[in-house]
Amino acid sequence: MNDQNTILRVEDLRVRFRTRRGDVRAVDGVNLELNRGEILGLVGESGCGKSVTAQAVMRLIGDGRGEEVSGRVELDGEDLLQKSEKEMTKLRGRRISMIFQDPMTSLNPVYTVGNQIAEVPLLHEKVTRRDAYARAVGMLETVGIPSPKERARRFPHEFSGGMRQRSVIAMSLCCKPEVLIADEPTTALDVTIQAQILDLLQDLRRDFGTAIILITHDLGVVAEVCDRVAIMYAGGIVEQAPAGELFRKPRHPYTQGLLASLPKIGDRGILKAIEGRPPDLMNLPEGCRFAPRCPHAFGKCSEYPPLERVAEEHDAACWLEKKHE
Amino acid sequence: MSSDRLFEVRNLKKYFRVGGGISAGRRRFLKAVDDVGFDIVRGETLGIVGESGCGKSTLGRTMIRLLEPTGGRVLFEGRDLASVSDRDLKPLRRRFQMIFQDPHSSLNPRMSVRRILEEPMVTHRVPRADRRKKVRELLDAVGMPADAAHRYPHEFSGGQRQRIGIARALALNPDFIIADEPVAALDVSIQAQIINLMMDLQKEFNLTYLLIAHDLSVVEYVSDRVGVMYLGKLVELTDRDTLYREPLHPYTQTLLKAIPVPDPERSRERVTLKGEVPDPVHPPAGCRFHTRCPFAEERCRREEPAFREVGPGHHAACHFAEKFARADA
Repeated sequence: MNDQNTILRVEDLRVRFRTRRGDVRAVDGVNLELNRGEILGLVGESGCGKSVTAQAVMRLIGDGRGEEVSGRVELDGEDLLQKSEKEMTKLRGRRISMIFQDPMTSLNPVYTVGNQIAEVPLLHEKVTRRDAYARAVGMLETVGIPSPKERARRFPHEFSGGMRQRSVIAMSLCCKPEVLIADEPTTALDVTIQAQILDLLQDLRRDFGTAIILITHDLGVVAEVCDRVAIMYAGGIVEQAPAGELFRKPRHPYTQGLLASLPKIGDRGILKAIEGRPPDLMNLPEGCRFAPRCPHAFGKCSEYPPLERVAEEHDAACWLEKKHE
Repeated sequence: MSSDRLFEVRNLKKYFRVGGGISAGRRRFLKAVDDVGFDIVRGETLGIVGESGCGKSTLGRTMIRLLEPTGGRVLFEGRDLASVSDRDLKPLRRRFQMIFQDPHSSLNPRMSVRRILEEPMVTHRVPRADRRKKVRELLDAVGMPADAAHRYPHEFSGGQRQRIGIARALALNPDFIIADEPVAALDVSIQAQIINLMMDLQKEFNLTYLLIAHDLSVVEYVSDRVGVMYLGKLVELTDRDTLYREPLHPYTQTLLKAIPVPDPERSRERVTLKGEVPDPVHPPAGCRFHTRCPFAEERCRREEPAFREVGPGHHAACHFAEKFARADA
């Protein structure tokens, strides 16, 4: 991929939380590239660092006490980690946005939905209050909220979960950002509503050209909407590939284990659980973090495996790839 | 044949009063479970699926009288649980147990694992020496080390806590277990461990399960028969293979198509349901699904469809179920 195609590049991102009991290495050397207009799935189990990665990219963490962030996060060539808080405020919502799992906590309960969406263009662009409000109503219509004019005057508690998430999406896309980070946007929703929101994200990507990082633990969601997938385990990326390739030919034993542990409709074979559980982020094993649970672990796994190209557009961090060379 | 039936649920209703205070005129009812009937056969797993608020958890709790039913009957081995006195209920209670969704809030953080596991036995007056022995057996049965007994819930991961919750449910050798979203709070790799464990225990202890879940792939994997609920009503009930191969109710059909499948090459023919689940305090007249049903006709707006047998052992509440059968065959 050439550089012009890449909108967001994360290089060797590390996040460390200092606690009384010791340092938690929540993100430990993440490298990611997001191309313009693509949907990248960032997949992993709870505690693997996927949300912390997103928050570090948005600079929502890193300035607090006990939080250490290092590495580079380039948005169209500019390193976000070097920006002042004032500069970040100008960027967030305009060029890079984020939506969260629970839409209720992302909305202010004492403002009407229309007014809080209108805040975004008011903050970032030279528009009148009236125009900003009209934009908000227009966005509500775009995200498929029925009778948007009337709904804009309502408060968040009068909305259902699905409509709240639509409103949050409307807010995040109001200024047509180049990048949207969606952190488990459908996890709190029912399947039929989830299907609606996933359709909506795909439509918006097409209409606005927004590149999306979709953080999820649900491989089904990934298969439905993502172009490329990155799999995270214990603070690092262990595999990344185009979605079709990853499901067809998973190379990393963790990815293989995840896919085998999913119950599939129409298949009643025994579920192959991954034995054990993820490592303690305070005491990460030397070498490969997955080795203690890996059925194929061998001597070399006591060294840390780098993420390396194993096929076209397909990277994996596993020594097995080199075992037979 | 009838002796095989562990539970017979008939016209079960559970209404909750909402709003209105003391003035009877403004009183409204949320009909969480509204005239539901089915049987559970000994040794089977019956899965109940539906979206949040459809009444599936209320159904489970009302069945074993953790909630008092508003109407209808629940026969457990022929005895009506709805009318039995509290005193007579207690010896029956040890025969049905529950596994809960959240292994963090369902275990008392101030009790050691031993006390958590012994508590149901204390309530039901199991002698002390037997309790000690049983705790060891239970931990072994759910794949936990024996030294877990003197540790506390916070020392365990989510999956291990769920194992403890399962061990507690087994403490009184129950016949019947209601598992309410037992794996929804767990990561996929851990989910598979718990699902496998539940299926092993079912064989070992000859258990009957009611599995309540919103995840259709988990339900399909574990259940023998599956019931689908929508707004307090059972809309379809049949054996698992038939349900997933030839669903007859339009709600079941769209629900199945809405599940994201981890296979990007699958041909996408997703039919997205329009709109959202209506307010259960004011459910639509006629068929409750007609506001979102892609096939709704005039009759569906007027007339509530009966829950009727549309094929051998296959029940559905849709006026046009036969039509869909032919279309799909």
